[in-house]
Amino acid sequence: MTSKTNTPGGVPAGSRTLFDKIWDAHLVETLTGDAHLIYIDRHLVHEVTSPQAFEGLRVNGRKVRRPDATLAVPDHNVPTANRDQEISDPESRLQVATLVTNVAEFGVPFIPLNDVRQGIVHVIGPEQGASLPGMTIVCGDSHTSTHGALGALAFGIGTSEVEHVLATQTLVQMKAKSMRIRVEGALPPGVTAKDMALYIIGQIGTGGGTGYVIEYAGEAVRSLDMAGRMTLCNLSIESGARAGLVAPDDVTFTYIEGRPMAPKGEAFTAAVAYWRTLVSDEGAHFDAEHVFQASDIAPMITWGTSPEAVIPVGGSIPDPAVEPDAARRANLQRMLEYMDLKPGPIREIPVDVVFIGSCTNARIEDIRAAAAVARGRTVASGVRALVVPGSGLVKQAAEAEGLDKVLTEAGFEWREPGCSMCLGMNEDKLTPGQRCVSTSNRNFEGRQGPGGRTHLASPAMAAAAAVAGRIVDCREYA
Amino acid sequence: MRPFTTLTGVAAPLPMANVDTDKIIPARFLKTLTRAGLGKALFDGLRYDADGNEIPDFVLNKPAYRKAEILIALDNFGCGSSREHAPWALDDFGLRCIIAPSFADIFYNNCFKNGLLPVVLPRAVCEQLMEDTSLGANARVTVDLERQVVVRANGEEIPFEIDAGRKEALLSGQDEIAETLKAAPAIDRFETQRTAQEPWRTPISLES
Repeated sequence: MTSKTNTPGGVPAGSRTLFDKIWDAHLVETLTGDAHLIYIDRHLVHEVTSPQAFEGLRVNGRKVRRPDATLAVPDHNVPTANRDQEISDPESRLQVATLVTNVAEFGVPFIPLNDVRQGIVHVIGPEQGASLPGMTIVCGDSHTSTHGALGALAFGIGTSEVEHVLATQTLVQMKAKSMRIRVEGALPPGVTAKDMALYIIGQIGTGGGTGYVIEYAGEAVRSLDMAGRMTLCNLSIESGARAGLVAPDDVTFTYIEGRPMAPKGEAFTAAVAYWRTLVSDEGAHFDAEHVFQASDIAPMITWGTSPEAVIPVGGSIPDPAVEPDAARRANLQRMLEYMDLKPGPIREIPVDVVFIGSCTNARIEDIRAAAAVARGRTVASGVRALVVPGSGLVKQAAEAEGLDKVLTEAGFEWREPGCSMCLGMNEDKLTPGQRCVSTSNRNFEGRQGPGGRTHLASPAMAAAAAVAGRIVDCREYA
Repeated sequence: MRPFTTLTGVAAPLPMANVDTDKIIPARFLKTLTRAGLGKALFDGLRYDADGNEIPDFVLNKPAYRKAEILIALDNFGCGSSREHAPWALDDFGLRCIIAPSFADIFYNNCFKNGLLPVVLPRAVCEQLMEDTSLGANARVTVDLERQVVVRANGEEIPFEIDAGRKEALLSGQDEIAETLKAAPAIDRFETQRTAQEPWRTPISLES
């Protein structure tokens, strides 16, 4: 890898990054200190981070300024089975019911649980054409960075900011620094956007992107389909970056055209003409830049309890004994202890559970990748494997292709859409000590259930682990 | 919002890097409808064993730190999810100031919305402050936002940086939404202009 921190100078006057262009187009006012008032085009809302925000509006007698820029859906808490029955967990049921009440009271467009369009908020935004290039998009969820794949400035916010956006359609923001990450060359066969993202996090660290908006560029990024770009941008937050961006191009425009909320006809043509200007100008200044070679990337898997604790599947779990820094050594030891692992190869470690889903990897392309591995094979005895599509429409598309049959015949569970075992707010969670290969985004302690152990990987890697019953190289299961 | 001006209290050391928001408060405690009452779930996985009993070795379970108001940690504190339940839980426990070498962006931002002060100080200074905490209940630290200093138990003053706007908001405890609503005419103008220039920005509609 080559890295540098840029200093201004020698830049053509007026050259702007893609981030600058979106930022400038949304600047309402400059405030005290480094703060700016930024206009928000799209606000996505779910049941977990919104109740206190709606309550705040109610207490202060405020309205939702732009219901027509707001879209709500339940996803974090929802069961992925028995959807014909009411939600069994009383707290989850109340939180989903509260969202239903709030959207009705404030007039916010809402996709209910029994609607085929329901799904993970970051899957349905792009799927419905609600998330478009050049927009500012926020949601009370850190993985809002996903929508940056369309060339939108999309980032997660806390509940106080959810309330602020509901009331004012703006946010008080400090402008982040800009970083460009170029991935040059073509990804080797069997290596996916997930591997690219995990590789980048491994290189720059979980704090490497803190304070930055990352623009991803280079041949390997440009060659990704929209699902891959969404996976890549989704994981930006795991390097600490506020947002990830990919400049929109024909791949983007083809993806958007015809989606329910996308502009139609002449409006679409006008929009594309504008969207084509959303590229970083030649010579535009980035505060930092990293360049990686796609050929250096292999299928990746995490071994620890931070996404940066990642190695190629053929690699070795590091030995804390050789870490000179005492704090880092203690951290490595703690991670190995929690994960019940020893230094050495990661291959062949037995797994108990496989989870294929989440806003990182639950689009139709991800289901296809899992099904390609599952086809004609069987989930290893003693392994529980779940496939949770990202939305009802993804589920429907997969079923139309017969992928559900391929997966269920192999012994995978085929579920209803939601966040599910990514964060274990519903019934889908690990029990203490269980080891899981997961296509989700966080391997934090207890993330998938108290005491659960998570290894992050691509859908193909996860499906291969399910059929092998241990961590294997998915390229041997192609 | 409750203002933050000056705080003098016990500081508790948490010598860990990458303290993520799942560690601060696991997702299963996010099913709440209010901001209150999350303190008992703070650091659940570190604080309690599988049966729900306190782990005596965890710093906030030790008698000297049970009433700590300041927490000192290592790099990248608050990484992960955007859940504002993390600052709510810290606050409900009684912790109103976190000192660390670096913070994750969303967590850092969320603190200011809740009258909590995140202070960035170099790692060596944080480690020094952690050593000071061996004084236990006598390890009283003062954090003076107006003067932008942390005062060690021995009286030494350590300056810290903070954005002027954020400082002002914390000191006054202002309602940010009320402030922004004063800019309603500017927001109106922005919307009118944009609608004229970019008619393709269609409203959210679920009619199919």
